[in-house]
Amino acid sequence: MSGFFAMGGYAAFVWPAYGVSALLLGGAVAATLRAYARAKARLAALEKP
Amino acid sequence: MAGLFALANPKRFLAVSGALLPWLAASAVLTLGTGLVLGLLSPPDYQQGTTVKIMFLHVPAAWTAMMAYGLLAAASLVGLIWRHPLADVAAKSIAPLGAVFTVLGLVTGSLWGRPMWGAWWVWDGRLTSFLLLLFLYLGYMALWNAIDDEIRAARAAAVLALVGAVNLPIIEFSVEWWTTLHQGESIFRAGGPAISAVFLWPLFLSGLGYTLLFFTLLVIRIRTEILERRVRTLLLAGAA
Repeated sequence: MSGFFAMGGYAAFVWPAYGVSALLLGGAVAATLRAYARAKARLAALEKP
Repeated sequence: MAGLFALANPKRFLAVSGALLPWLAASAVLTLGTGLVLGLLSPPDYQQGTTVKIMFLHVPAAWTAMMAYGLLAAASLVGLIWRHPLADVAAKSIAPLGAVFTVLGLVTGSLWGRPMWGAWWVWDGRLTSFLLLLFLYLGYMALWNAIDDEIRAARAAAVLALVGAVNLPIIEFSVEWWTTLHQGESIFRAGGPAISAVFLWPLFLSGLGYTLLFFTLLVIRIRTEILERRVRTLLLAGAA
């Protein structure tokens, strides 16, 4: 298992690549969902009679 | 085309995309998850060792970034010619996503280049034109933010997007035109893919996953923008 995480000596390049990708894609998903929820809430508040 | 225009009505778009969204999101998670797990479990490459695992992130990110720009240019063209508001909304929604995938392509490429080429960055045709892609996305977003009037902003940004589209073939063929450290096309080439099936399958799945994730986020962003525009219209009607 530790061999897997060592990535044949390239751990310092492989894992940051996966980390950055997870961070940015996760951030894009979070930002998109947050903006969507906000828009839905604003519209609901306006359309309330 | 007629079908596309029928869909390009905000109300109908909300209905159709709402039904599609859960399936789109689920297939994105499934393909991306499978692709990356298979990728991480794939054996080391005989030349590149384990750094080949960066390929499953780098190639899909770069591919999605370029496909997104193609869509941005197409939506801009439709917006300019047919003055269709939903095309403007789509183009505006694509740009930030495209920028994220471009950054990912650049960063993962750099992390792959350092161990394999001995350099984080080189100013060759492929890398420079790909950096230009990021600046095009950022310029497009800045232009949208700089002009208050929605219709004028969309038009100006669309012209920028179309001019910038000339960069796409430059990125694509840069590895053939100029001397470069970046490898040439190894998937979509005459004679079939030049990489082994143990790498091709994870790469295909992860590429599909990135593409589906992009479209999932794009659909949500377009829906958000449609709702925001309705909010603005209601506020204006209320103020009048």
